[in-house]
Amino acid sequence: MAEPALGVAGLVKSFGALKATDGVDLQLNAGEIHALIGPNGAGKSTLIGQIAGTLRPDRGEIRLYGRDVTHLDASGRSRLGVARTFQVSSLVDEFSALRNVMLAVQGRSRTSYRFIRNVMNDRTLVDPAREALDRVGLSKRADVPASELSHGERRQLEIAVALALGPKVFLLDEPMAGMGPDGSRALTGFLHRLREEAPILLVEHDMDAVFALADRVSVLVYGRVVASGTVDEIRNDPVVREAYLGEPAA
Amino acid sequence: MGASMPVSREAVVSLTLILALLAGALIAQASGETFYVTLATRIAILALAATGLNLALGLGGLVSFGHAAFFGIGGYACGILAIHAYNGEPMILGLPGTQTMPVIWLAALVASGLVAVAIGALSLRTSGVYFIMITLAFAQMIYYFAISWPAYGGEDGLSIFVRDNFPGVNTLKPLPFFLICFALLAAGLFFFGLVRDSRFGAALQAARQNPVRVAALGMAPFRIRLVAFVLSAMMTGVAGALYVDLNRFVSPSMLSWQMSGELIVLVVLGGTGRLAGPLAGAALYVLFEFLLGGMTERWQFFLGLILLLVVLFARGGVVGLLAGRARHG
Repeated sequence: MAEPALGVAGLVKSFGALKATDGVDLQLNAGEIHALIGPNGAGKSTLIGQIAGTLRPDRGEIRLYGRDVTHLDASGRSRLGVARTFQVSSLVDEFSALRNVMLAVQGRSRTSYRFIRNVMNDRTLVDPAREALDRVGLSKRADVPASELSHGERRQLEIAVALALGPKVFLLDEPMAGMGPDGSRALTGFLHRLREEAPILLVEHDMDAVFALADRVSVLVYGRVVASGTVDEIRNDPVVREAYLGEPAA
Repeated sequence: MGASMPVSREAVVSLTLILALLAGALIAQASGETFYVTLATRIAILALAATGLNLALGLGGLVSFGHAAFFGIGGYACGILAIHAYNGEPMILGLPGTQTMPVIWLAALVASGLVAVAIGALSLRTSGVYFIMITLAFAQMIYYFAISWPAYGGEDGLSIFVRDNFPGVNTLKPLPFFLICFALLAAGLFFFGLVRDSRFGAALQAARQNPVRVAALGMAPFRIRLVAFVLSAMMTGVAGALYVDLNRFVSPSMLSWQMSGELIVLVVLGGTGRLAGPLAGAALYVLFEFLLGGMTERWQFFLGLILLLVVLFARGGVVGLLAGRARHG
């Protein structure tokens, strides 16, 4: 069997007495969407932070297509093909939407130490950036500063930035948050196709989206994976129903 | 959309300020008032030093409170090379001194750049108040080193007697020397504009606003800032060399924290991150010093008052008032 796109093994992260990540094992295979669900405070964003490299785990190992990346920082992992979106949109606010995506194109091509050419006249940056904006339906807002975009548009821009990185793995931290029903539905359709480009680890509270999209679901509670399986298995798991989905066991 | 790219208001303001400086010096020369040429030269040199700082402070958000170190190192590079050439004594390693400006500038560039690598590599691991304090501490170390170094005048400083020369130019006359300084200022501003609009500038300005995002895009904010810090220091270093040639004198005061503060004031007064900000700031500062300094010894009180007004009511500085808010494509 081929190496998984992303392999997390025995991951532990404590903040003082709180074990935010408590021995997590997780795999993301090529071509799939693996959803990570769990109540607030379960440690989902902490886990994403460790996989993206912004947080250092206390123990355990993270592999990207078989390669140990545990010791790399966020920029190093990004260069190896990890693209993440943030739970709270994290953009370069003074830059236009287009320039935010251009920055991702630049990061991907590792050409940040060029001092002469004006970026706005540089089609090798502008063209791929426009294409990514087009794909998320943000073309008309290309020249608007990120700080002046609506909440939903900022979520879309986060996705466009991740697309422009041309990654090998997507880490999407609650992409639907605050999007509204129409936005969520559109994004669901979009992510459904996106898995062909690269597998997606999806943290999401919107259960309709999760059940529509996920090939596999893992349930995180108090930093532990309490259940993992297909959508149907998770739906019918009595432990999950009681602990998380808020329904009494039938 | 018009058929042609509109020229931004900021570009017009920048060009006007640059040409005004040139015109001022030429008019002063034509009317025989060479003192004003010297005043314009002082503006050009301080503007160049502050443009260097503007790279780090304005684009990168790096509030260096130690840029006097680079200004002074450039100054001492000039003074030491010139005095050895004058006396005909070799320096350490048997190297000869020189009174040729381009060689001196190169030495100032290299010396301030190397020191900036060391200071930057350590201080850029911190941020905020800690960064301010560490850059200050490094500059103070170099200041006290200069004071306690008798070979080059110690506390009294070092006079170089004759202004250094530039091939084909009589640097002893005020106007040619002004033109040299003006040309370097123009080159410095041009370089600043290039960097600001380049890929590097994009990464640097993004790292100021959101370093976590920049790292998530595969770029290392620390390295980007370090390169910017070194470039910034080199430009300020060359200005320091010119400053010594203007005054024919270098002393530890060029390395003092007051000098570092002055450079920050020039940038903030003129407009942080704006192309012509340091030039506007330097012009205002020097003219204030001259006009009010003739009337009262407390001219800096009034400068402080203006600075207060700028910080409170005109965040974009003088250039912000003239050209409106900065736009990022």
